[in-house]
Amino acid sequence: MRVCGVSVKDTTTLLLDEEPLITGNQTFSSITEKISGIVEGETNKIWFILLGLTSSLALMFFGSMGFLFWEGVGIWGVNNPVGWGWSIVNFVFWVGIGHAGTLISAILFIFRQKWRTSINRFAEAMTLFAVVCALIFPGIHVGRIWIAYYMFPLPNQMAMWPNFRSPLLWDVFAVGTYFAVSLMFWYTGLIPDLATLRDRAKTRFRKMILAIFALGWRGGNKQWKNYEFAYLLLAALSTPLVLSVHSVVSADFASAVIPGWHTTIFPPYFVAGAIFSGFAMVMTLAIIARKVYKLEHIITVNHLEKMTKIIMLTGMMVGYAYAIEFFVAWYSGNVFESFTFVNRAFGPYAWAYWIMVSCNVIIPQLFWFKKIRTSVPIMFVISILVNIGMWFERFVITVSSLANDFLPSSWDYYSPTVWDISLLIGSFGLFFSLFLLFIRFLPMISIAEVKGVLPQADPHYYEITKNRSRDE
Amino acid sequence: MNNRKSEGILAEFENPAELIHAAEKLRDANYNDFDCHSPFPIHGMDRAMGEKRSILGWIVGPVAFIMAIFGFLFEGWTSVIAYPLVISGKPLFSYPAFGVVAFALMILFSAFTSLFGMLALNKLPRYHHPVFYSDNFSKVSDNGFFVSIEATDAKYADDDAKNFLISIGGKNIEFLIDND
Repeated sequence: MRVCGVSVKDTTTLLLDEEPLITGNQTFSSITEKISGIVEGETNKIWFILLGLTSSLALMFFGSMGFLFWEGVGIWGVNNPVGWGWSIVNFVFWVGIGHAGTLISAILFIFRQKWRTSINRFAEAMTLFAVVCALIFPGIHVGRIWIAYYMFPLPNQMAMWPNFRSPLLWDVFAVGTYFAVSLMFWYTGLIPDLATLRDRAKTRFRKMILAIFALGWRGGNKQWKNYEFAYLLLAALSTPLVLSVHSVVSADFASAVIPGWHTTIFPPYFVAGAIFSGFAMVMTLAIIARKVYKLEHIITVNHLEKMTKIIMLTGMMVGYAYAIEFFVAWYSGNVFESFTFVNRAFGPYAWAYWIMVSCNVIIPQLFWFKKIRTSVPIMFVISILVNIGMWFERFVITVSSLANDFLPSSWDYYSPTVWDISLLIGSFGLFFSLFLLFIRFLPMISIAEVKGVLPQADPHYYEITKNRSRDE
Repeated sequence: MNNRKSEGILAEFENPAELIHAAEKLRDANYNDFDCHSPFPIHGMDRAMGEKRSILGWIVGPVAFIMAIFGFLFEGWTSVIAYPLVISGKPLFSYPAFGVVAFALMILFSAFTSLFGMLALNKLPRYHHPVFYSDNFSKVSDNGFFVSIEATDAKYADDDAKNFLISIGGKNIEFLIDND
């Protein structure tokens, strides 16, 4: 029999001899065992130590916020003219981190990239926790936190409504929606896996809690039919959403008249940067998780190599944007624009600029070499450097433009205070605490989806193996 | 066996291929209230069971459309009628600026509808179902492939169903009886 000009025998050979995504001859139950085992087993000692450390930092985060509310934003290094300091830098950084999770779960799903199944669950969790950190910063940045609800269109006795013409309000809606949709997408993915944990639960209490959240999932095809459609719809909704969120964030800058901000390249440039930094964060977390929980067969070097390629690609997009910004500043003939970019590279913040360029543009070029793309320790280091570089990118954009704007008499140098630093480090504490709790209590890899990409999940597999054994 | 009436029947199959063949045979034998349970969605199962495409898209689509329009009109109403305020000399009805929030609202409510619509179509949460009477059924979320026929099916009769399931290769056949 021939289909599309290829004999069925050839295609079946292809299907069987293709290098499997999941290595180590896994079966359905070995996948269940491996991933649920992490959640059900004894708590790792390292986990306690790490959680102790990260939750202390998270405590510092909340303590610093408490002092901020008490004392006011004067405790930060913000000055005149740099009214947007680390808070906004951290906000943009954390939103960006989140983007890779949605890219993996939604865009790669629509493009039918099966390798995403090994990493999508914890990438989505990472998105959620990053967006939690991101939402905190603009929230506390308003200064008078107790009237932060003014940002929402709530009917009130003052008959006041928010200004829908402001990009800062767009942010509230874009990032808020992003959080809500990511949460729903993540939970939808979790339902079948929660059912797995429910069915394996040993104690009555555990079974009850898991049963509540699994919603009585029975894995019947009449359910899968609607489930898969909902999953597809959520992916289709998240795809334009993720592209819009960082575009909206970039509009905070691009719609201002400050030189270095007022450019049309910002939306695509920010989106590429977000995916770049997010993938680096997914990689950092994946490398640690696969090492600690021995998941090398599920998150293989093949998966990591695919991620390095995306990091390299988006890194080059970011590098291209840096170059075009310079070109346009010169080509526009606008003295303020030209000055801003020369000042970024050679002015008082040149150190930050060159950290950014080396980490984001130069270092990812190492991924051209197959040896480096398959060396786990090297990619671990590069992934961390990329995130450092991407934090500095936001710092350079935010601070260097504000510090030296149109009028030299108003220029000032910005330096952070101890509170800026404690809030940044503290936000990492919160992020990693949430992440550690997640990998301890929920399946960090999608059990149902990984089973779905095993060769034996395809009904044709059995026919092919039968034919093959008969031929032999 | 006690005297309680069975609420259905459950049979186990070896693998996805067998489950698909079983589904085709059940469909051809005109069973309606049956379901094929598996740890992951099986490609081609909808056709094998004679299932129609999910109608979820027809629910989410209108919600998306309505919310985008609502968002846009709401922004226009607050900016022009409820709280007219001139900011940086811009017109009150600055419609290009309204796109982002209208879009966000469209996505947000469509996503809510996708999740809750899916749950509603699947009649979830439902914590009590005859298939859960079977202890063996807990394998369904690990490596078990099951067919269940509910007693509500017009064609259902205990012995007929059992013989039919045996004839199509079902194993570990059990009646779903509440024995708590």
